[in-house]
Amino acid sequence: MVGSKKAIISSIVMIGGVLLFFYLPILILMIFSFNDSRSLTSWAGFSLRWYQDLLSSRDVASAVTTTIIVALISTVVATFVGTLTAIGLSKSKKIVKDVVNSVNNLPILNPEIVTAIGMMLLFSAMNIPRGYITLLLAHISFSIPYVILTILPKLRSLDPNLAEAAMDLGATPWQALTKVIVPQITPGILAGALIAFTMSFDDFVISYFVTGAGVKNISILVYTMSRRINPSINALSTLMVLVITIVLVLINVLPMFKKKERMPIE
Amino acid sequence: MKKLIEFKNIVKGFDDTIVLKGINLTIHENEFVTLLGPSGCGKTTLLRILGGFIEQNNGEVYFDGIEISKLPPYKREINTVFQRYALFPHMNVYDNIAFGLRIKKTSEEIIKQKVEKMLRLVGLVGFEKRAVTLLSGGQQQRVAIARALVNEPMVLLLDEPLGALDLKLRKEMQIELKKIQKEVGITFIYVTHDQEEALTMSDKIVVMNEGEIQQIGTPTDIYNEPENRFVADFIGESNILEGIMHDDYVVSFDGITFDCVDYGFHDNEDVDIVIRPEDIDIVSVEQGKIHGQVISSLFKGVHFEVFVKSAHREWMIHTTDPVVINDQVGLSFYPEDIHVMSKLGAY
Repeated sequence: MVGSKKAIISSIVMIGGVLLFFYLPILILMIFSFNDSRSLTSWAGFSLRWYQDLLSSRDVASAVTTTIIVALISTVVATFVGTLTAIGLSKSKKIVKDVVNSVNNLPILNPEIVTAIGMMLLFSAMNIPRGYITLLLAHISFSIPYVILTILPKLRSLDPNLAEAAMDLGATPWQALTKVIVPQITPGILAGALIAFTMSFDDFVISYFVTGAGVKNISILVYTMSRRINPSINALSTLMVLVITIVLVLINVLPMFKKKERMPIE
Repeated sequence: MKKLIEFKNIVKGFDDTIVLKGINLTIHENEFVTLLGPSGCGKTTLLRILGGFIEQNNGEVYFDGIEISKLPPYKREINTVFQRYALFPHMNVYDNIAFGLRIKKTSEEIIKQKVEKMLRLVGLVGFEKRAVTLLSGGQQQRVAIARALVNEPMVLLLDEPLGALDLKLRKEMQIELKKIQKEVGITFIYVTHDQEEALTMSDKIVVMNEGEIQQIGTPTDIYNEPENRFVADFIGESNILEGIMHDDYVVSFDGITFDCVDYGFHDNEDVDIVIRPEDIDIVSVEQGKIHGQVISSLFKGVHFEVFVKSAHREWMIHTTDPVVINDQVGLSFYPEDIHVMSKLGAY
């Protein structure tokens, strides 16, 4: 079976099919972002007019800024809160750990629409006007569980005496945290931050329900644009795919360079 | 010697189990003290109370005459070598050792001098830039010791520091640790369950079991004059038997009366008796105080471990002379080899 030609060919076909299924829609979308006509199905020649449209649109510009600002702020806040929570949890009693962990997993397992409607109701019950603030609060709250979930395993692998060793050598609890624990779990914190950022960046369902007063992020904008035929969506989506691809490549390639500098660590 | 540390009636429980049942212990300056006992006897808990990592439920800890129970670990003049070293993996050897000095905002110039002095002390000169994760167990051990000692503490706590090393390295480090302790001249408090380690290194051994101190004494005291059955059994291999103390210097067991060197018991008190296997001589049946049949002989390198079955029991004997299995032999020992212990225990 191993190395048989038939098996190799069939696995190549299989992988090819899967990749095609994943990426063909995106590819078509990208191609038609350069189409010269309004049609989303027939090719009328190459043009950058939709990109021009896009860049001149104030709606798009504000949606992009909103998305990025909300994503950045919610990432910073969620990472900070999530990191401290995870560290606190790792030092807690088992019962506290178990309870908080289950509570933490609930929003992750819960259908997003339920969270969305819940938050909408909460904000209106508390009379908080929907807009920027509610969008930001919602994003922070749904990001935190992911940050905690990413950092906890990293903490579990630490020597349990590290913080004690630092304090034994004269460090205050805060110094032990910042000089010893945090540097140890930095990869986990960065991974958590990255997840929080992407979660916030491409969120639609929750954002749609909790925002208001004309505050839109990219996902909401694309959704409203898609009601009438407008190839600007294609252009915008293409740019988003491009940005995400670049970020992903950087994240995957940079550590390879770093590892070469240092010796392997068990 | 000056009193440095005093534990007064320390009680500590976790959930439903009481780990320390009222510990009273005094430790002096420049002593090498070993807390010895089986796992779960409370020795590490006692050490952690002194380090400030946990607080006792009851009792007081005095350090240099001052009650320190409420003092956080970073304010105590005590440093610890942890069981698994707890070196900081993101720092190299130099930065690990410099950590405590940097926290105290010592100037880099002085840090450099002190760290180099420590590297010489533990024999790691030239390893400054090495990542600690790339060191062997023994080297990590040395870094952990240097990292603690560079702060010039009055007391160094060592929590089973040699547990992870192989036998040969462990022996080397035992000698080295003793040497380091003499060189820096401070109190070492050492926790171990390895009786041989305790006998080799300590000035004073504190034998603990089930949250209580069983005996405090020098290694020779502990070995030669165990105060109760537990200590005798835990320190070295022993023949432990029950007997009756008829009078001062007169004890009987296995239906025979012997002279001994112990006194101060009640008349006809039931006692435990210990006779070390190396103190028993194998002689001819006629010369022996007790006789029996050799049932096994195991070669152990330096000696043979011989078992002889007498009318009442099996005796373990360490001898350098080979014996023949199934032979009838006599066993002989001197009065001073009979160690009589009260059944009540002194503590």
